[in-house]
Amino acid sequence: MKENVISVRELTKRFGDFTAVDRITFDVRRGEIFGFLGANGAGKTTAMRMLCGLSFPTSGSGTVAGFDIMREGEKIKRRIGYMSQRFSLYDDLTVWENIRLFAGIYGLTPYRTKRRAVELLSRLDFRSERNTLVGSLPLGWKQKLAFSIATLHNPEIVFLDEPTGGVDPITRRQFWELIYEAADRGTTVFVTTHYMDEAEYCTRVSIMVDGEVRALDTPAALKRQFAAESMDEVFRTLARGAKRAE
Amino acid sequence: MRTLLILIQKEFLQIRRNSFLPRLIVAFPILIMLIMPWITTMDVRHVGVAVIDNDRSSVSRRIISHIGATEWFTLRDGAPDYATALRQLEQGEVDVIVEIPHHFERDMILATPQPINISANSVNATKGSLGMQYVLQTIARTLRELQTERGITTSVAELAVVQNRYNPTLNYRHYMIPALMIMLLILICCFLPTLNIVGEKETGTIEQINVTPLSKLTFTLGKLIPYWIIGLFVLTVAILVARLVYGLWPAGSFGTIYLAAMLFIFTMSGFSVVLANISDTMQQAVFVMFFFVMIFVLMSGLMTPIESMPRWSQTVTMFLPPRYFIEVMRAVYLKGTTMAELWHNFAALCAFAMLFNLLAAATYKKQA
Amino acid sequence: MKTDFLKFVRKEFLHILRDKRTLLIVLLQPAVMLLLFGFAISTEVNDVRVVVVAPNLTDGVKDAVNRVAANPNFSFCGYISQNEVDDVLRGGDVAAVVVFAADYDRRMMQTALGEPAATPVQIVVDASNTNIASSASAYLQNIIAGTASAQSMFETHLLYNPQMKSAYNFVPGIMGVIFILVCAMMTSVSIVREKEVGTMEVLLVSPVRPMRIIVAKMIPYFAISCVTLAIILLLSRYVLDVPMSGGVGGIVGLSMLYLALALAFGLLISTFASTQVAAWLVSAVVMLMPMVMLSGMLFPIENLPLVLQGVSCIIPARWYIAAVRKMMIEGLPFSAVLHEFAVLCTMLVALVGLSLKKFNDKLE
Repeated sequence: MKENVISVRELTKRFGDFTAVDRITFDVRRGEIFGFLGANGAGKTTAMRMLCGLSFPTSGSGTVAGFDIMREGEKIKRRIGYMSQRFSLYDDLTVWENIRLFAGIYGLTPYRTKRRAVELLSRLDFRSERNTLVGSLPLGWKQKLAFSIATLHNPEIVFLDEPTGGVDPITRRQFWELIYEAADRGTTVFVTTHYMDEAEYCTRVSIMVDGEVRALDTPAALKRQFAAESMDEVFRTLARGAKRAE
Repeated sequence: MRTLLILIQKEFLQIRRNSFLPRLIVAFPILIMLIMPWITTMDVRHVGVAVIDNDRSSVSRRIISHIGATEWFTLRDGAPDYATALRQLEQGEVDVIVEIPHHFERDMILATPQPINISANSVNATKGSLGMQYVLQTIARTLRELQTERGITTSVAELAVVQNRYNPTLNYRHYMIPALMIMLLILICCFLPTLNIVGEKETGTIEQINVTPLSKLTFTLGKLIPYWIIGLFVLTVAILVARLVYGLWPAGSFGTIYLAAMLFIFTMSGFSVVLANISDTMQQAVFVMFFFVMIFVLMSGLMTPIESMPRWSQTVTMFLPPRYFIEVMRAVYLKGTTMAELWHNFAALCAFAMLFNLLAAATYKKQA
Repeated sequence: MKTDFLKFVRKEFLHILRDKRTLLIVLLQPAVMLLLFGFAISTEVNDVRVVVVAPNLTDGVKDAVNRVAANPNFSFCGYISQNEVDDVLRGGDVAAVVVFAADYDRRMMQTALGEPAATPVQIVVDASNTNIASSASAYLQNIIAGTASAQSMFETHLLYNPQMKSAYNFVPGIMGVIFILVCAMMTSVSIVREKEVGTMEVLLVSPVRPMRIIVAKMIPYFAISCVTLAIILLLSRYVLDVPMSGGVGGIVGLSMLYLALALAFGLLISTFASTQVAAWLVSAVVMLMPMVMLSGMLFPIENLPLVLQGVSCIIPARWYIAAVRKMMIEGLPFSAVLHEFAVLCTMLVALVGLSLKKFNDKLE
């Protein structure tokens, strides 16, 4: 049994009367690809933002990379990478300028920045685009770049919020290869998605409905538990009772 | 430190890539400095004067010709009576009406004249009151001259000589140019950082920054320092234009001007960052900023003197940072005042700069 | 078709009403500015700080000093010595210094007797503040001359603004400048934002004609502006005591025309600004200076050099301010502002035509 890198107990977030995340409890082990599933509005993004130190929980506790999410948000940030739902690199900077900026923010030395950049660009086959403005790249390319920049500083955990939304199947495939490579290097991957085929690629999967975690296991075990052919079916069985509309 | 440099470099790259900002930063100060000083005269010139001459004597004709010969006045003819003149005044052709009573010359010799009636349009208060003062002086001088000639009383010697220190020709432009420089700085340093930060909020890039271990202070400085540099650049452009076009050069030291400018820009852009931090949308941020900019421009003594304000609003101006910078700029530019004499202004600017920049770092929330 | 149009108008209203904070700001801001500036801005000469140099404090000198101290325009700050004159002026502590000659009384006497004499008084003013300098020196001369002068030979009246309250004068100016800037900001940004987010395209592929979409966008802003106008007029009448004897109907009509013009101006900005930031910069930063300076709000148009007087003609605020001044303050009837009214109408037609043409060009 590997150690837990994320450990969450009774984590809750309320906005006024609305409980976005309702007492969720789970652990994520080092090196796994953890799929965080749920319909739109189920509370996935809110939960993830609490783990990344972007938002304070209303109650409950949790640790990420061994640090408390309530008090040690800034220490957590040193050890994680994050790629948001909205593309959030600078459109008006070039590929290289974006890399240099984020490397600088994470405190990489110029020498290491250069080495990592060369490595990254050749892995993505982006060398010719080094000086292209990010805004003019196709969406799939942007997403791959954003992922690579999120893992630039070799974080312990990388959080991906619907990283493949709006991307064509071939690029999605390539994207998941990047995720596997990162996992092979020992990075824990925490990924939200609503593509159920992608859920099959994960080590373990949790399914959120109405702010609660309703199921958590390996894809194979979940299918067995719900006597389903595919994750899609599992998901539909669970989501049928959802009260929150899209 | 290296992180800060990289952040600053990023801001400049973004500004350079923008289609509009570089033009704004370079062309706007030049245009403003070329055009605006010609506009901002509050000298009272072209005061339209209508004289209703009921006396038609040599005295009244002499008064009229003196008014006509004075550079401040534009004499309007053809007002046979007060009603006509009043209509001209309502249409804006005339600002001051002078009515010379019947038999003024005859009664003057008898020393019991009916008074001369002077009415001024005070809708424009400056023009009304000053215009009237000037008319009074002109007529009084004419009458004194006449009396002396006729050996009645007094000498022609002026009672007092006036010495206009620091701006002997009373050139209004010299008063306005430092103010215009400040207005440029207010516009640029208030609006640009707000737009920049709220823009990052709206596109979502700020979130990518928030999830990094970047410290609040470094982030804030990374946003402020570029505008500090831009502000000083704009100021330098404006100073050069003032020298080349209007021949105005600071009487005091550049060190004092630039030190004050640095503090001022830091204050204004810090304020701008605070506003951006607490606004959700660009619309909110800019409307609120617009409100403050109007107050800065109209109430801190840029265009109308603070001494002229009622007491309560003079108190309000104490809380307006531009007020202190305006005083420094005018004093150093025109009078050559030294830093030691202006220490309280510097102290105030320092306090504001600290306050707003601490607030800027404090209100920047990485975590909601 | 008609109901479609109303749906669009409703949608725009909802957009605006939802963002309460912005709505509040848009509605209240002009009112607060009007009150602040109406009461605070003034070009009168008040409280000018004066010190006196008097080597001999004779009765004549004391008399003159008392007259200065009693005058509401000046505040007398004590006596200094001749060699301090430069310091107090440069430090900005005082704006004027009155220097009496040591033999002031004798010189005054000689002057009164008609004998040639050196000037008894010197007035040194800090001319770095030009306006204060020129009025202060004019006032001081008259005050010191005092009863000896020919003052009694005149009778003076200030028309229309008897207490010399600048509030009167600034109300039309503030209305003119604030309306156009706020309206231009609101419309230009709302249109550009829809372009940026991409919702504009959704609207444009709908069967509704572009012209209708634009009009539907402007109607709610026009309504909001009218509320603002009402607030401002009420404040001017009841708080600032602006007479408005020229008839409220005319002022409202003219103002509504001006509001429409301001919205059309915003529309024009939106046709060439491609990003929200650019729209803000143009409508808030770039326009602010010319609007404040060339509209006649602070600086009388007739004092401008001829070329700039020409430029000021294309600034709508100039005409509006001139017309509102006549009606609000001088109490002239609507017939007195027909000229300005015609100019504003022409501008409105031209602006709407131009921006619709540019808008349609972009679509094709």
